[in-house]
Amino acid sequence: MTTPGLPLSPPPAVVAPQPASRSLPWAWMVAIALFAAFWLTAETLTPAAFEYPKAVVVPLASWISAAMKWLIDEATFGLFSFTDLTRFISAVLDVPYTLVLSLLSTGFLEGSGSSAVQIVPPLPWVAVIGLVMLLGHWLGGARLALLAGGCFLFLAIFGQWTSAMVTLASILVAAPLGVVFGLLFGIAAWRWRWVERVIMPVLDLMQTIPVFAYLVPVLFLFGFGPTAAVIATLIFATPPMTRIAILALRAVPSEIIDLGNMVGCTERQMTWRVMVPAARESLMVGMNQVIMLSLNMVIIASMIGAGGLGFDVLAALRRLDFGAGLEAGFAIVALAIAMDRLSQAAAEKMSAPSSETMQTSSPFRRHPYLAGAVVLIVATTVLSFAIPGIRSYPEALEISTGTFWSEVVAWININYFDTLEAVKNAMLLNVLIPFKRFLGDLPWLGVTLLISFAGYRLGGWRLAALTGGLALFVAVTGQWEKAMITVYLCGVSAVLAALIGIPIGIVSATRDRLWSWVQVAIDTLQTLPSFVYLMPAVMLFRVGDFTAMIAVVAFAVAPSIRYTALGIRKVDPKLIEAGRAMGCTEWQILTRIRLKLALPEIMLGLNQTIMFALAMLVITALVGTRDLGQEVYIALTKADTGRGLVAGLSIAAIAIIADRLISSGAVHARRRLGLE
Amino acid sequence: MTTPESKLVCRNVWKLFGAEAETFLTRHDGHPDAQAVAAAGLVGAVRHVDLNVREGEIFVIMGLSGSGKSTLVRLMSRLIEPTGGDILFKGENLLELPHARMIEIRRHQMGMVFQHFALLPHLTVQDNVAFPLDIQGMARSEREARAREMIELVGLGGKEAAFPRQLSGGQQQRVGIARSLAVEPEIWFLDEPFSALDPLIRREMQDEFMRLQTVLHKTIVFITHDFDEAIRLADRIAIMKDGEIVQAGTPEEIVLTPATDYVAEFTRSVARAKVIRTQSLMTPVEAAALTGTEDQPTVSARSNIADAAPMFLDGVARLGVVDDEGKIIGALDRQTVVDLMLKG
Repeated sequence: MTTPGLPLSPPPAVVAPQPASRSLPWAWMVAIALFAAFWLTAETLTPAAFEYPKAVVVPLASWISAAMKWLIDEATFGLFSFTDLTRFISAVLDVPYTLVLSLLSTGFLEGSGSSAVQIVPPLPWVAVIGLVMLLGHWLGGARLALLAGGCFLFLAIFGQWTSAMVTLASILVAAPLGVVFGLLFGIAAWRWRWVERVIMPVLDLMQTIPVFAYLVPVLFLFGFGPTAAVIATLIFATPPMTRIAILALRAVPSEIIDLGNMVGCTERQMTWRVMVPAARESLMVGMNQVIMLSLNMVIIASMIGAGGLGFDVLAALRRLDFGAGLEAGFAIVALAIAMDRLSQAAAEKMSAPSSETMQTSSPFRRHPYLAGAVVLIVATTVLSFAIPGIRSYPEALEISTGTFWSEVVAWININYFDTLEAVKNAMLLNVLIPFKRFLGDLPWLGVTLLISFAGYRLGGWRLAALTGGLALFVAVTGQWEKAMITVYLCGVSAVLAALIGIPIGIVSATRDRLWSWVQVAIDTLQTLPSFVYLMPAVMLFRVGDFTAMIAVVAFAVAPSIRYTALGIRKVDPKLIEAGRAMGCTEWQILTRIRLKLALPEIMLGLNQTIMFALAMLVITALVGTRDLGQEVYIALTKADTGRGLVAGLSIAAIAIIADRLISSGAVHARRRLGLE
Repeated sequence: MTTPESKLVCRNVWKLFGAEAETFLTRHDGHPDAQAVAAAGLVGAVRHVDLNVREGEIFVIMGLSGSGKSTLVRLMSRLIEPTGGDILFKGENLLELPHARMIEIRRHQMGMVFQHFALLPHLTVQDNVAFPLDIQGMARSEREARAREMIELVGLGGKEAAFPRQLSGGQQQRVGIARSLAVEPEIWFLDEPFSALDPLIRREMQDEFMRLQTVLHKTIVFITHDFDEAIRLADRIAIMKDGEIVQAGTPEEIVLTPATDYVAEFTRSVARAKVIRTQSLMTPVEAAALTGTEDQPTVSARSNIADAAPMFLDGVARLGVVDDEGKIIGALDRQTVVDLMLKG
């Protein structure tokens, strides 16, 4: 699972802008003609250019597996082995996790297993909801309190409380650690150039490599269970925070840095008294990102024993019990919305400090929320001994909609089966399968050369070497065939998402009212963990490529809408006015001014759409695609480190190629438009 | 008049950007010409600057954007490391000082005001002003008292608990000024302090600045791109172009004898009467020649012609020009003043 939403490092400075843009199409046409000629004629001459010879495949996967085995069995630091170290880290992380989990869900236990005796009960559910509402009120007033409380109440009413609290416990441990580590890495990269140089490629890779690929090594090193899941979550959520921290520190005005030096700050004072506080606003945005990514990841990490809501969804998917899966899915959504709004409000509150000065001396007066929380916890705990309904939500009052949803799906399938099936088959036969065949037939050598050529035209020799090298990596490690399936699924989905998203973006961009609604919708879509998208698609279309495509499109349409609309809205209103003054019709203003100037943004949106699509594609392996994602997923179930990592790296290679080519293209477009 | 001693001296200061700029400079013996710099692929942000800021004066560095004036002021405090040259602050070469000593000097002897205020958004007005003192490690009660004093001085009393974003631009810059003064600096750098403000506010802040200077008598390096502002505030002006100082002198010298066409371009629209001092226009006369008349009206040698002109309204044909001790050193004729003012 990649982390879309954040741009990868900018491509190496675009060098050698080819002389006149007029001559560009010629070079392209020649290259494509050569490619076509090669494709059509060379098959008999050089079969090795079409199917990468098995004999010369680099067995990278087995090398990695062997290295992993060595790490686990033999690597040692003298006094203790490598595995000791990793298990020690697990044990350390287990302490806060157990603490939070005990507080929220299990209670503090004496003894272990089934003989465990509860000494201190967990927080009553009423107390948790009350605390969330207090927090909401403190951060964002009554509306936020109601929203957050409502979301948590939803969890209780629909019988998802226990699972949700397990998930919440993982996030409460992982997210703060992710923020802290990300900030520290970011500061180090900001302070020392060499750290940045080392860290940037790693960040790119971490953001594009699917999570499934590193679940296996994590599993080996840190053991099966919730702490391993917390570690996987940390690996996943730290890179974006690091990137945001670097960007945030960079964005601090140079005058503020000068100020710090002029007043004679030491390096430490400079970092902690000047830079970090000055960058606080953006850093808080990073915090929100980390929380949301952690939530997303905790769900996926249920595969290596995180338990909680993710496990419920996964188990339901495996049983094909749509009702139960959907309910757990809704619970994830509720949790996601509550966490997102709370952390956003926290970001706003922190960046806009209130000017009220508290002069009252009583601690209760000074910290009304803290006092309220203490009172609430004590009162509900005491009460819970008298009224058990306060401790845990009474089962009699739980509502289950599971059967209802199952029936709805059954009804749709009975009544609309033919229609749905017709749509699916038409799409499969006319678009998906032909495209898949086409890509599968292409010679790998030709494609690699064409990709290098594109890299050269858009960004010079360095980009050509990078894109060509990555394509070669995919071929040499024997992943070409599966990679092409990934490209096909990703390509079809991205195009479809763009075809849906760009028009919506265009239409809503110039209508403020509509835009505010669309914005809410895509914000919500983006907070949902990717898992959730799978459920309805599977219900209606069962497993297969088409289902995967639907899920991917649903997930990837948001950035396409967002960037298009933002690009159009960003166009200088003076230019629109100038256009109007010249007598342009609305249509001319849209096509001649708005869309033209928004082109670079739209291209970046396309880039993000592809990143989102690749991210989602790996998840769709669960519904039986046959691409690299499936390869990673199989490796996970077989605990084959090398196989998973190589397939994961190939996905990362595809992502980086697409990212670099498109962003270089966007730079070109900006330059041609004179925006840069 | 004795020349006050120099506070800050720049000797052949260079800032070149580009690969191996330092070796390039040593290779050319510290004096490469413009062509050599360009040929080496370097960018000369500041080129052989010699200047001398005297104790208690307002030294204005004026230049358009890209002239290197902001770089120069940062070289003076070593916020940017010079490529070559010497910067002497009270006789001590800053470029040879270890990092720790440089921190000491910046903490206690230098203050700086920034174009965009550079206030820390998360601190109140009071905490912003007290920030340099806090960094030095001054005790809370002491630094807060000092901060309040400074806030009072710049006329922001009552705003102590406000946050920067709740203030207007002019008020924010007052905070910046109070903060830079809190450490009682010996040299005060102001980097285009009023450029980000509206014209009316700018005028008001200039007056405020002059008021503060009459109280504080700081040694000031003031950067601006506004020639009128320079004329108005400066004791001496250095005009920069392409990283070099093209002319340095008093406002009067610059207006009367611009060194190059570039400087002349700036001085053209300046009203001569507002710059030229009576001293420069008077005919030196033996004191005895004038003392014969009773109630001889006099004017200070330091005031400018525009200030002296209204005194001729009463029909006086001749003014006595007196020096700081009140001794008459010359005479200013009505006709000379009229001639000057008619020329514009």
